[in-house]
Order: sequence, then structure tokens, then C-alpha cells
Amino acid sequence: MAKKPQLAIDTRPWRDPKAKPFVRIRNVTKKFGDVSAVHDVSLDIYKSELFCLLGGSGSGKSTLLRMLAGFETPTSGTIEIDGQDMTQVAPYNRPVNMMFQSYALFPHMNVEQNIAYGLKRDGLPKAEISARVAELLALVKLQDYGARKPHQLSGGQRQRVALARALAKRPKLLLLDEPLGALDKKLREETQFELVKIQETLGVTFIVVTHDQEEAMSLATRIGVMNQGEIAMIGEPTDIYEFPNSKFVANFIGSANMVEGVVTEDEPDHVRIRSDELGCDIHVGHGVDCAPDQILWWAIRPEKLHLSRDKPAGIHGANVTRGMVEDIGYLGDMSVYQVLLDSGMRLRVTQTNTVRGNPDAITWDEQVYVTWGDTSGSVLTV
Amino acid sequence: MTTAHEPTIPPPRRLRPWNAVERRLARVGITGRMLVLIAPVLWLLVFFLVPLAVVFGISLATKQFGRPPYSALLSTEEGTVQLTLHLSNYIRLFTDNLYVAAYLSSIRIAAIATVITLLIGYPMAYAIARAPDRWRNILLMLVVLPFFTSFLLRVYALTGFMRGNGVINQFLGLFGIEPLVMMQTDFAVYVGIVYTYLPFMILPLYTTLVKLDTALFEASADLGARPARTFLSVTLPLSMPGIVAGSMLVFIPAIGEFVIPSLLGGPGTLMIGRVLWDEFFTNTNWPRAAAVAMAMLVVVVVPIMLLQRAQSAVVEK
Repeated sequence: MAKKPQLAIDTRPWRDPKAKPFVRIRNVTKKFGDVSAVHDVSLDIYKSELFCLLGGSGSGKSTLLRMLAGFETPTSGTIEIDGQDMTQVAPYNRPVNMMFQSYALFPHMNVEQNIAYGLKRDGLPKAEISARVAELLALVKLQDYGARKPHQLSGGQRQRVALARALAKRPKLLLLDEPLGALDKKLREETQFELVKIQETLGVTFIVVTHDQEEAMSLATRIGVMNQGEIAMIGEPTDIYEFPNSKFVANFIGSANMVEGVVTEDEPDHVRIRSDELGCDIHVGHGVDCAPDQILWWAIRPEKLHLSRDKPAGIHGANVTRGMVEDIGYLGDMSVYQVLLDSGMRLRVTQTNTVRGNPDAITWDEQVYVTWGDTSGSVLTV
Repeated sequence: MTTAHEPTIPPPRRLRPWNAVERRLARVGITGRMLVLIAPVLWLLVFFLVPLAVVFGISLATKQFGRPPYSALLSTEEGTVQLTLHLSNYIRLFTDNLYVAAYLSSIRIAAIATVITLLIGYPMAYAIARAPDRWRNILLMLVVLPFFTSFLLRVYALTGFMRGNGVINQFLGLFGIEPLVMMQTDFAVYVGIVYTYLPFMILPLYTTLVKLDTALFEASADLGARPARTFLSVTLPLSMPGIVAGSMLVFIPAIGEFVIPSLLGGPGTLMIGRVLWDEFFTNTNWPRAAAVAMAMLVVVVVPIMLLQRAQSAVVEK
């Protein structure tokens, strides 16, 4: 039994300033004509991490991945992998393998030949190749499918062949371009855990590109959120969700209610923000880097808001507002309420449906109070 | 809140007269699909199968003077209908060395020309398929452009290049190089075939190459294959359907080519198309010419059928 490798998820090397990054991207810019697809990106990724590059289409995440694979050369900046400068190295000389979004399985080769392709290029002896192929087929649970052609496989099976082929050469770094994008929802959820399991058993560093934030949240040790060719935020999934650093990140990840406000009290232990949109003051129970009368934004997740029929106490006369239930979306596990405030603003509030078929649930056109804790929201200055 | 169910909307009704017609036809076993097929089937029957049968009939007659210049297959003598089939034309094809040599020579010339066309056409098709979008259509247009002038004219124009005092020799003369003898040689025939049939090679190759996912090449490079290895292991096998289609489109008509060998070739260029022409027009031996044509059909069709079977077997695998 092989010893379980030391995993980045447990050691969190990014919290240690002395840790040596495995992939070092320094000031990388990529221009296509006049358009910069990636603009001055610097990023450190540590060994055995499962790093997700998350962004919408055109955010530059795929271009960044393709530069790591060597299919594109940066216009400026350097890419270092395992201490070696890879910026100008051809794809076939890199210790990196990629799993393509379309899988890019060779249609004229069967599953075994596809997996063996990279091993043959290394000139390994035949016996070793077939042993390695058998091992990989077992890893992705496709032992009986070795002789099949790609077109005889289902989408999920093809995805696993693509993964096995990319892992065959035991790369130091595996790049995955939307690895689950072509699968249906249920299969995607199963495969997510499978992917994490394989990554943890092998201890290979994974860089995953995805536009699906749920996928990024459940896979990643850390997420890099990309926007218009730049990195908007890097952090662990909880950091990104609970402590977004900008309006863009707060809006891009999950859903958020965002209001504009003016600072009325700026103390080291609390801040008070007046918001006309919200129709009440916001009491923030920690210090914020801001100045009195500064205009800033405050964002709160729908599940951090509470609804009640009776007026709650609030905190220091703040954090309570009133509105009318305009719409309810019943999702089974929870309900999404749209509450219309007096200012005309709509708040999105989610409530877990803990009681089965609750007859006393808040319903349409009811007057309700909305309240929240003093550390539930994020104060954003950009 | 419950919503009352709307009364179900009746399915749309089809026009009555068509229903009636369709029902009546269906009773005799005729469906719409068969009606659509009638036009092409009739066309092929009248302009392909019937003439082919006529040629086959003529090939079983013998030469005679008069009109038509061959004997009738059916004759009535003393109240009995006699069917006379002469196999002498076919026997002659095997016994006379001229025909065997002409067939072999045609196949050889067509095969060599096909290989040359492939070697020139493949890089061109590859370049067009990989060209930026805005260039692709222009390049394809340039490939097809020669079709806008007459085939005969283009072949004839080649003589202006290759004859003793033609463009090429005049150019070589500037450097004091002795004029080359190009006309009336097999070389000129190859130039003619390759030049005129190149588009037929490029177009099917292009359609196969342009469909190949570039991610496949990237995947190959990613797995450690240098460009040459990627070409041999990925590009070439995946473009095989295009190679086969293009080669067939060049090889088959090149075997029976008549115009190019007569305009560019010399007396030594033996091709079956010319033999056929001579039998038909010079010797006025229609039955022999018909037998030559039928034999050519067999020579060409049999390998194609074998090849297609092999191809479909590969596809099924």
C-alpha cells in the first residue's frame, strides 16, 4: 500500500510565505492583435494543489491554460514549472499534459492505443506500456473497454479515457479544460468526486479551467477568479464566497444582494453605513478600511438574510428593514423569496424548508421584516 | 392554486385531396419516397443503363460494312429466331498484345500521375484547410478557377509551354541551356494529367482535412509527439478517406483519358483511350471498340468495388 502523498489541501502551502511554488506565472500577458486575452497575470500554484481558474467566456482562463500547455506563447512574462523556465518550450517537451474540453481522443485508435500514445512517444518497452495502460484502465474503471473505439463509448466513458490518457505519462502538472463540461448534471456530480479522489491518490498538481462556479467550489483547493484577462481574486473556496474582495467577485460567485451606502460612523470595532436603498442603517461589527462620508457597497448572500412577520430587535437600531413578499420560488430544499422594499429595491432571501409542507410559511403579498447579523455582509470598496 | 386544464387541442388535419391520393397510391404499394426516387431512376435507366446495354450488345457483334457497321445479334431465318453472340472481340483483347499492353500502360500512367497529384495536392489542401478563415474561400476559388475555361483549351495551352520553342525552353535559353524535348513524351502526359486533375484531388482532401479537430493535433503534441510524428500518426490516417476519394477521382478518368495523350503524348504513349478512338474512328470497328470499352469498365470497376468494401470494413471496425 502506497503512502498517501502529502496533499496541498491538508498542508495549505499558500499560507506559508516561505513555501516554494510549483508553477510560477510572472506578469504574463497574451495579446491577439490589439486585444489582450490575458493581461499581466501573476500566479503561484503549489505542488499537489487542485487549482481552479474560474471565469466567464472571454475572461482569458483558457488562454492562460493553453500557455501553460505550450500551445500559445506569452507576449510577455514568464512561466516556470518546477523551477524551470518553460516560456519558450514546445508542448511536446513539457512535463505537462492536458485534458481537452472536447477530449480530443484519436478517433482511429481504440481506447488502449489512445492511452498508450504518449507512452509510445517516450519509447517505453512494449511490456511496460501494456502494464501501464492496464493500470490506468483500472484507475478509471474501464478495464473491459480497452478494445473499443471512442465512438463506441458514452460521454462519461470518453471523459475517463481522456483523463487516463492525460495521466499516462505521469505528468508533474495536469491541465484540465472544462473537464466536466460535456457531461449531464448527475454524471457531473459523480465525476467531480471521482476526479478529486484520483487527484488525491496520485498527488499530481491539477489546474482546472471552468466556468461553473459550483464545480470550482467543490473541486478546488484554491480558486483564481478571472475577469477580462486579469485575476480578480485568488483564494480558498470559502474566502471567495464569504469574503469577496470586489463587487465583481461578489456578483460572479453565487448570488448577492448589493446596496450602495455612505459611511456615517467609522470606528475601529464597528462601522455604520446608511443606505437609502435598504431603507435602514447597516451596522458592521468589525473595523473597515474606509473614511466617514465615503460611498461604498455592501453585499450579502441571500441565505444570510432572515425573514420574520414580527419586528425583530435589530442591532443598535440597525440591520432591520421592511418589505413585501413579491414572489416565491420553491426549489424543494429551500425557497427563494423576492422581497420588495419601500425604496423599490428587491432583496433575494433564501430560507431552508426545514418543516415539511409548512402551513405557516410566509407567503405572497405578506409584509415581512428582513434582518441579518452584524458580520454577515461584506463591505466592498471596489 | 391549481390551474384548470385547457381542453386538448385537436391535431392539425391534413388537406383532404392529398390524403385521398396518398391512400390510393399506398393501396398499390407506392409511397411518397418512391415517387421522389422515380426521376433519378428514370434518368439513370435512359442515359446510363440502356446505353451501357447497347454498348455491351455491340461488343458481341462482328464488324461488317454498311449501316450500322456491325452485325445484328438477332436474325430471323426460315422462321427461327437466331441469337448470334461473337466472343471473338473479347478473345482478341487477350490474344493481341496491343490491348494488354495498352491496358497495363494506361494503369501505370494513371497510377503514377495519381501519386504525383497526391504529393502536390496534399500540401496544398493542408495549407488551405489551415489558412485563416478569410483566406480559405479565396484559395478554394483559385483551385476551382481553371474549370471556368475549356478543358481542351487548357491542355492545348500546355503545348505552348512545353514545345521546342515554348515558354520554358525560351526561359532556359536565357541561361544558355539547350532546349529540352518535352512534347510528345510521357512526361508531357504526366504534366497534363496532374495539371488538369489536381482540383479533383485537392477538393476531397480539403473537405477531410478541414473537418479535423485542431485539438487532435494539440493533443498529439501534448503527449510528446513532434510535428512529423503527429502528421504520420494522426493527420495522415485521419485524412485517409480524402486520400482515397481524391485518388479515385484522378485515377479512374485518367485511365480512359484520350485528349491529354493525343495532344501531349507521342506515338510511344500507349493508352487505352487512344486505342479505343482508333478502333472506332480509324478502323470503324465498332464491336472491337465496344469490347475495349467494356473491358475497361471491368478493369476500373472491380478494383473500386474491392476498395470500397475494404473502406467500409475499416469504418465499421
